[in-house]
Amino acid sequence: MSTAVTLWCDRCGGDAGRGVHEACVTARALEPPRFCPRCRRRMKVQVLPTGWSATCVEHGTTTSP
Amino acid sequence: MPEILDHARSQVLDGGVGLDEAGVLAVLRLPDEDVPAALQLAHEVRMRWCGPEVEVEGIVSLKTGGCPEDCHFCSQSGLFASPVRSVWLDIPSLVEAAKQTAATGATEFCIVAAVRGPDARLMKQMREGVAAIKAEVDIQVAASLGMLSQEQVDELVDMGVHRYNHNLETCRSYFPNVVTTHSWEERWETLTMVRASGMEVCCGGILGLGETIEQRAEFAAQLSELDPHEVPLNFLNPRPGTPLGDRPVVEARDALRAIAAFRLAMPRTILRYAGGREITLGDLGTRDGLLGGINAVIVGNYLTTLGRPATDDLALLEDLKMPVKALSATL
Repeated sequence: MSTAVTLWCDRCGGDAGRGVHEACVTARALEPPRFCPRCRRRMKVQVLPTGWSATCVEHGTTTSP
Repeated sequence: MPEILDHARSQVLDGGVGLDEAGVLAVLRLPDEDVPAALQLAHEVRMRWCGPEVEVEGIVSLKTGGCPEDCHFCSQSGLFASPVRSVWLDIPSLVEAAKQTAATGATEFCIVAAVRGPDARLMKQMREGVAAIKAEVDIQVAASLGMLSQEQVDELVDMGVHRYNHNLETCRSYFPNVVTTHSWEERWETLTMVRASGMEVCCGGILGLGETIEQRAEFAAQLSELDPHEVPLNFLNPRPGTPLGDRPVVEARDALRAIAAFRLAMPRTILRYAGGREITLGDLGTRDGLLGGINAVIVGNYLTTLGRPATDDLALLEDLKMPVKALSATL
């Protein structure tokens, strides 16, 4: 899944261009994404011992770096 | 030295008999300046009655989200507006997760499902999953599937599940403030069946749910009465969308007090760092806890949140000269 377009915060699902998401950015160090950054849909997220995968029904799957 | 620590040195360190509720409460009420002494004593107790080894475990969620229960701390309840969606892990991915866990040196792999109790589909998935893991991975398999019937307990024993986790979460008197869809007693009943089956009992909880210090002591005493093989100690990581989502995290000093107190209540148990330690204690606090009574860790990620890299924890254990418990020692 391309992450080039970030319209929505992938933690809280809020408008990424409106307000600050500092708390979300900090929290994301210890959380996988929950919302698709392109369409704001809630993603199906599977956390594994050494990583995670997050799937948006429209924009596909992304995995931990 | 505070009187309670003198008393604990004699009763717990020398005699191997844990503190009662009043003793635990006295430890939890120690002033800040006495916390290092409490941790030092708890460490001595751990070394004396458990030894220097640390049990390392990995966990994975087999069935995430959509739970019908209302545990107020949990992002996997289907009753709250949490962003966590329901998802099932397939068997190949489960085996891969067990391999990843074993590669860290862990001897325990716990399969967890967000359910009230397992249905036929989940038991089938467990049967196939545990068999596949045992065929390919050298690791002990534990499970955490909620409340069980006697038939399900027997089935898990047949599968070769050696330890069952079912947390009481908090003390009996505070439990109705945290969960309303089932009772503390129902959880206790499952734990009683698990113990009778011969599986090892793993039972702990979460600190920081809003319980008082007195209720924290009550919880330690109730766990001590249960006498579990392992006590996982979680610290609330407030999850968005849950009723406890706005609660403050436990202060590091209070978390360390609790670690010392729980160790002094249960000198022989495996006392495991579980979720929330990263935000409550950070790196320095994690080290302090390992030198204050903790003798087991969950490495890597949790069920819906992420943990420190396993390599960081293993490097810390090496630095502390605490050997990782070998698989042969657990069999």
